[in-house]
Amino acid sequence: MIRVLLTFLAALIALPLSAQDTMPPAPYAYNQLDDPALEAQATALMHTLRCLKCQSQSIADSDAPMAGDMRHQVRSRILAGESPEEIRAWLVARYGDYVSYTPTVSSSTWPLFAIPALLILIVAAVLLRRLGRRRVDAGDAS
Amino acid sequence: MIAEIGLAALWLAAALAVLQMVSGAFALRSAEGEANPLAIYARPAAVMQALLAGLAFTMLVWAFAVTDLSVKLVAANSHSMKPMIYKLTGTWGNHEGSMLLWVGVLALSGGLIALFERRLPERTMSAALAVQGFVALGFYAFLLLSSNPFERLPVPAIEGSGLNPLLQDIGLAFHPPTLYAGYVGLSVAFSLAMGALLTREVNPTFARVMRPWVLGAWVLLTFGITAGSYWAYYELGWGGWWFWDPVENASLMPWLAATALLHSVAVLAARDALRTWTIMLGVLAFSMSMLGTFLVRSGVLTSVHAFAVDPERGAFILGLLALNIGGAFTIFALRAGAVAEGKRFSFSSREGALVFNNVMLSAILAIVLLGTLYPLLTEAFDVRVSVGPPYFNPASAMFAIPMFLVMAVGPLLRWKEDSPRRIRFEVLLLAAILIGVIGLVSFFGQFALLPLLGLGLAAALGVAAFLPLRGRKLTRVPVATWGMVMAHFGIAVSLFGMASEGAFTQERLAAVAPGGSDQVGEFTFTLQSVNPVAGPNWTAIEARIAVSRDGGTPVILTPQARNFWSPAQSTSESALLTRWDGQLYAVIGNQAADGRWQIRMWWKPFVTFIWYGGLLIALGGVLAIIGRVRVDMKRRKAVSLGDERRADLEALGTAPVPAE
Repeated sequence: MIRVLLTFLAALIALPLSAQDTMPPAPYAYNQLDDPALEAQATALMHTLRCLKCQSQSIADSDAPMAGDMRHQVRSRILAGESPEEIRAWLVARYGDYVSYTPTVSSSTWPLFAIPALLILIVAAVLLRRLGRRRVDAGDAS
Repeated sequence: MIAEIGLAALWLAAALAVLQMVSGAFALRSAEGEANPLAIYARPAAVMQALLAGLAFTMLVWAFAVTDLSVKLVAANSHSMKPMIYKLTGTWGNHEGSMLLWVGVLALSGGLIALFERRLPERTMSAALAVQGFVALGFYAFLLLSSNPFERLPVPAIEGSGLNPLLQDIGLAFHPPTLYAGYVGLSVAFSLAMGALLTREVNPTFARVMRPWVLGAWVLLTFGITAGSYWAYYELGWGGWWFWDPVENASLMPWLAATALLHSVAVLAARDALRTWTIMLGVLAFSMSMLGTFLVRSGVLTSVHAFAVDPERGAFILGLLALNIGGAFTIFALRAGAVAEGKRFSFSSREGALVFNNVMLSAILAIVLLGTLYPLLTEAFDVRVSVGPPYFNPASAMFAIPMFLVMAVGPLLRWKEDSPRRIRFEVLLLAAILIGVIGLVSFFGQFALLPLLGLGLAAALGVAAFLPLRGRKLTRVPVATWGMVMAHFGIAVSLFGMASEGAFTQERLAAVAPGGSDQVGEFTFTLQSVNPVAGPNWTAIEARIAVSRDGGTPVILTPQARNFWSPAQSTSESALLTRWDGQLYAVIGNQAADGRWQIRMWWKPFVTFIWYGGLLIALGGVLAIIGRVRVDMKRRKAVSLGDERRADLEALGTAPVPAE
């Protein structure tokens, strides 16, 4: 019983501490836009932006304060009438290519596009070699 | 004393691995039928090694159970106040412990084949055991030289520093052991493949021996990935279930390779075709397991530069990786020419469909590999690139969609050669379902292309999964065929869940005052109260949220925001309301300045089908194992019965007449 009380006491002491380490989040960090169409645009964009402080999470998937600030930026800019691509460009200018999950062809990312294209050719070649020739063989045999 | 026993057992096991390797190698040098005096030790060494590695692992679990704070690993990762279950699971919640588990499972599976596998020629078996010993030895060296789990502290710690709260979850109790067992099960497939390649015994018998191991590893990987996905879903608090995170990819890649391998092994066992292909996939699957271990264990993921600063462990695993994979591919290149390709088949045959899909699976694997490794590569040159869902989804779908289409009709085709016209009714039916569903769904709303295609494919695959049963007497369908039907249906179910979650999820983020209400989808929710609560090693605020669907009876959900104190970290414990047609996902966030609370709610229709599907796939694999093992047992019995009878007849025919 005493232990339970102590833990409760600890909880009460800990509460203001946990409140302190997060600044009050910006209004649109945790609130949606009223217009569903705009909100859908914002959500789609947020899912393709990287939370810079997390491991492999988009800003739409993160509790990090910075992700909250970025969500606020995205929503308020969408509300101000900017297009998602303008916002992405603004964020990329600010944080670098790293912030965007949607890859664009550039000097540092071209293999990401070239290799899959090559892969399609390899796959086609392997399939033709393994499966195409058989028919000829069967034809020869008959 | 506990730690010292464990360490001694580990050293002895390593010594036995050497013996196993040497003895197996000598058996390989002697001719068939000739007994080499050194060759007899391979099997007993493997069994003893399994026992010793098991003992070492048990000792570590014990040290964690009693929180022996003089052991460095325990002090760094445990805490005397932790609940018992998390003390135990904490054993493998860290680098050293999880590597010991890895090696333990490796030794155990080596011991099992040594003890029970009698179908293969003895030389092939010895070669396989030698390879198994070689792989194990590398990992023993890694443990003993660079990550000793039993290291003592000069002065015992007063208190442990605790376990990452995200890991203090029942999910952790099962997730890593299943995944590791899956990874390591593939090591047996690898050893058997190398053994068969070295002795040129790549044939259906070998495939039948290898199949249960591949199936077993695949079942465990499927289960592990499914559990891991669900764990991330409810633990991370934002409703995402797959992030294309390198750690997730590390488990997906061996799964893809194992899926291709198990289909290839099936062809080899049934038709004696695809011999080199099977061997190559066997090597590839275990390579992906080792790569996964490297990615997760080397620290390369957190930062390439952190890895460069303290490269000891990473470099060790990388060295092992290069040695094993490089060695395997060298042997493959030298020997593959000696293994004939096996029986031939035409494009429109079941083998043809399986080859097509194996190529597609390999291509998806290549995409995942590229997307996982490319950012690490550029980071080494100080260029940071993000590769995420917008890349992985379309790039893998490019190969996955043709694969699903072929998967729908493949099982309907006959072996060796078939005319596509024979199954034109089925093909037309499936095409009609695919197009019909896509048309119907896009009629009712605007959806992204991939979820739309996913819904159509899921419907078509769901029907296609049962078509192989058409016109067959259900009571006489082999168990293994039921396994295939169930696994393929599981793919459809899972795909449906993913597509439905992608297309129909509804989200509501709102600041709600106690007593206030809001809406998400068909649900109305009311925040009744927010109270502090406390657990054994955390405190939390807990919201009581009454949720009612279409004005029905309200249900109380209690999401929490927890603060752990050792180590200090906060987590969101989401509250889930599961209905047959989806899940309501509720999270409590911070309190705003005006006293209102941030509530996050999602209604995710049919999201649970993702994991039901995963379970069905795993269950299908289990049925396949049961079916195959039963058939093998019957065959073995019949063969031994036949041999006995033949021996009896011979004895009768040529028995010397007694002299008296």
